[in-house]
Amino acid sequence: MSALTVLASDEFGAPTPDELFNLPPIIPGVDWFTKPVLLAMLSAILVIGLCWGAFANPKIVPGRLQNVMEYGYMFVRDQVARPFLGKDADRWMGLLLTLFFLVFIWNIMGVIPIAQFPVASHIAFPAVLAGSIYVLKVYLGMKHQGPVGYFKNLMFPPGLPKPIYLLLSPIEFLSNLIIAPFTHAVRLFANMFAGHMLLAFFSMVGFWFLFEKLTPLGAGVGVIGVVMTIVFTAFEMFIQFLQAFLFAMLASMYIGGSLHPDH
Amino acid sequence: MITAAKLLAAEGAANPLIPHTFELVVGIFSFLVVLFVVGKILVPRIQKTLAERTDAIEGGIKRAEEAQAEAQALQRRYSEQLEEARRDAARLREEAREQAAQIKAELREEAQAEARRLVEAAHAQIEADRAAAFAQLRAEIGRLSTDLAGRIVGESLEDEVRQSRIVDRFLDELESSSAQAVR
Repeated sequence: MSALTVLASDEFGAPTPDELFNLPPIIPGVDWFTKPVLLAMLSAILVIGLCWGAFANPKIVPGRLQNVMEYGYMFVRDQVARPFLGKDADRWMGLLLTLFFLVFIWNIMGVIPIAQFPVASHIAFPAVLAGSIYVLKVYLGMKHQGPVGYFKNLMFPPGLPKPIYLLLSPIEFLSNLIIAPFTHAVRLFANMFAGHMLLAFFSMVGFWFLFEKLTPLGAGVGVIGVVMTIVFTAFEMFIQFLQAFLFAMLASMYIGGSLHPDH
Repeated sequence: MITAAKLLAAEGAANPLIPHTFELVVGIFSFLVVLFVVGKILVPRIQKTLAERTDAIEGGIKRAEEAQAEAQALQRRYSEQLEEARRDAARLREEAREQAAQIKAELREEAQAEARRLVEAAHAQIEADRAAAFAQLRAEIGRLSTDLAGRIVGESLEDEVRQSRIVDRFLDELESSSAQAVR
């Protein structure tokens, strides 16, 4: 659909969000089965497959796959879980490793040839993860600090002059209980959304000026487009990793905050 | 732009901030499946293996330390034994030397005693020989003298008793004078 509109006109048109993200069903008639849905399921299967291959029968002396996946496990444990959860880290490693690997594979789908669509750029996927973490956060907070204690610790951190609470408490309430889950999801979604648009734009520039309308003047622009596509693909891979890390880290932070109100 | 906005409004689902219902379902489903398989089944396994590996490494280090301590103890024992053996050897050598010296001294003592005995025997022999020679000489000299004197003096000196008395006196004088001369 998008390719057709580009071919039809004579002028270069940057790809619109609607063209890039509003994808038709793969099988006509099966409305729910779109590319993001397929990739989300494939990613889940890929994560399970990789983890199963590495951790189903783990060896004391690891093989190659186990070694690589252990590297990921160590990274999540040492950089995500332990700084916020301390001695509780091992209990929550299952959740945090799932979050990190799943989000990372969802993101990395954006640069994998043929797939080339970051699953997390559809807000539904970050939203379910952030929503689950939010529910867990509130549940753990009430369980470990008491229903009243949780809100008290959240909105009235001790050791401040009384008038400050007039200002601080509504802000704390808003940021922790209303805004946090949205920023948690939107941060990941927006990064993937913008990244995918950038990549699409630069590859479209390259494709348009080098293949569709090859002119002596336009060729230079096309080359820049190709170079920028390569550069931004590398940059995107970094961002995709970073956002997966951040998403898991924030989850760890929220859980840690509910378990121990001091942090 | 207006047409684009209209299009967005018309399609409804195009607002990227509105999640698709089926995507929510697929998202939560895949999350829960991965959480169950990876989080509940696989992560405990790798945690167990990592703990075992830590144990194995720590155990290995501990075993190595034990082996080293044992080796050091063994070495200490060996050097102690060696030292003891050296001391024993030195002691035995010392004893042997003492015994040798003692034996040498005894042998020397015996040899000296033997020599002394031999010398004394020789002295006695010489003394006896001298006495015998002296006695014989005395008799001989006496007879020769009397013979000589008899010949000079004649028959007056034939009387046996007088003769021996004269000879004895003469010899005693001779002996005492010679003893004085020796002194």
